[in-house]
Amino acid sequence: MSTWQDRLLTDTPRSRREARLGALYRSWLQFRSNRLALLGLAIVLLLIVVAAFAPWIATHHPNEQNLAQRLLAPGGAHWLGTDEFGRDVFSRIVYGARITLYIVALVAIIAAPIGLIVGTAAGYLGGWVDAVLMRITDVFLAFPSLILALAFVAALGPGIENAVIAIALTAWPPYARIARAETLTIRNADYIAAARLQGASTGRILSRHIMPLCLSSLTVRVTLDMAGIILTAAGLGFLGLGAQPPLAEWGAMVSSGRRYILDQWWVATIPGIAIFAVSLAFNLLGDGLRDVLDPRQKK
Amino acid sequence: MISVRDLAITFGSGPGAVHAVRGVSFDVADGESFGLVGESGSGKSTVLRALAGLNRLWTGSATLGETSARVQQPRLVQMVFQDPYASLHPRHTVDRALSEPLEIHRIGDANERVERALADVGLGPAFRFRYPNQLSGGQRQRVAIARALMLEPRVLLLDEPTSALDVSVQAEILNLLRRLRVERRLTMILVSHNLAVVAHMCDRLAVMNRGLVVEEMDVATLRRAEPREAYTRQLLTASKGYDREVASGIVTFD
Repeated sequence: MSTWQDRLLTDTPRSRREARLGALYRSWLQFRSNRLALLGLAIVLLLIVVAAFAPWIATHHPNEQNLAQRLLAPGGAHWLGTDEFGRDVFSRIVYGARITLYIVALVAIIAAPIGLIVGTAAGYLGGWVDAVLMRITDVFLAFPSLILALAFVAALGPGIENAVIAIALTAWPPYARIARAETLTIRNADYIAAARLQGASTGRILSRHIMPLCLSSLTVRVTLDMAGIILTAAGLGFLGLGAQPPLAEWGAMVSSGRRYILDQWWVATIPGIAIFAVSLAFNLLGDGLRDVLDPRQKK
Repeated sequence: MISVRDLAITFGSGPGAVHAVRGVSFDVADGESFGLVGESGSGKSTVLRALAGLNRLWTGSATLGETSARVQQPRLVQMVFQDPYASLHPRHTVDRALSEPLEIHRIGDANERVERALADVGLGPAFRFRYPNQLSGGQRQRVAIARALMLEPRVLLLDEPTSALDVSVQAEILNLLRRLRVERRLTMILVSHNLAVVAHMCDRLAVMNRGLVVEEMDVATLRRAEPREAYTRQLLTASKGYDREVASGIVTFD
């Protein structure tokens, strides 16, 4: 084994950073043994690379219309064909990766912290704080998420930012539930009592002792939810309430292509395949992460 | 240093209420080592948690120094817990566990203090950046003791500090605690069901049964096996190991 691996796997790390890197490396070794999860990770990384380098990867401008070349079959200059305005489908898929990633990342950044804070506070403080926070969570949970998102978008106006806000508002309650359940199992642990004895404030106990322990199960859940988020975003786009034309959003592309689905199948099918592949990738990745991060699933 | 008067603790209310402690009084002088002995469920750990300020729902009075035990005094009182597998944060390295109290109280030169604390409990610098799952039970308990001493408290509360460890490690931890007690002039309260441990560690002890102090005595009396109360005699006999005749003769005291 080479020296850097020896250093990462050592029993006597020499600094905090080395200890953390060592723990990360051990998790990676475990994650690596799961082939399907690796496939998921590869697709997600591909999505990120494509989104980051879209202008260099795309062969055409995503919104450039050419009515002389509308609805061309895949092949030749247009690898995946053209749509009803003669726009290159491949380039639109590439740019659409940006929007998909943007939606997924924003929803995760908004919903996960809200759920984490609400859940840990409710679980740790208990009493009326718990009752109030969890009843609010119940109210949000009671709505079907797509319908609630529809209502929000209808109220705020269609557009990608509003779609993100709407999805985030419907995505956080399950995270709050998970964080609360996790907090309840650790709030009476001796190490939390020890932190209280040392004079740690409630905020410090929540943020430095409880939240790190909830983070792993939350990460798993968020990753698994990514697929649902993509589908909801695509659904909103399909209904015309998400990204507005001419923005290249996969759901909207499926929607506009469905009129030609019998004769020009590629217009709707290819963005559909993209949605499917990325959703599947996030699910596989989430499953792999659960094997590594969730202590209750440890074999 | 520590004064407890008519301490009573009840869990729950109504007909299902459990009177865990029913009026306990004792004093512990500065620098003294005091043992609380009793069988499981006698309320000894409950008394300790109340003194630590972890449970504030009690009646009577309990003061540490000049202040009620309801007020947490991190720099005066610290506690070592029974199960070293549950008392260290699983995601914090030893270094983080020991620096945490220093950060909370904004105490400087954390680096040297952590190194010294590890050396004091007989752990080398190699242990500093390990996670608890890379430590044995005895090593974990040493870390827990080091953590309790980071703020240089004058009172150390020990809740069965060795009962989760195997016998050879028990002796090491007890000797470590004895040494630290002398070096730092600690006042200690040790909760245990093990009379030998208490005889080894303490100057004086109180025997508890069903939430009451049955008898207070000094360790010399315990060593001579001359307790006043029948319950204590029974506890002494029981502690010598299992014996069928003794077991059949055990009576319930109330």
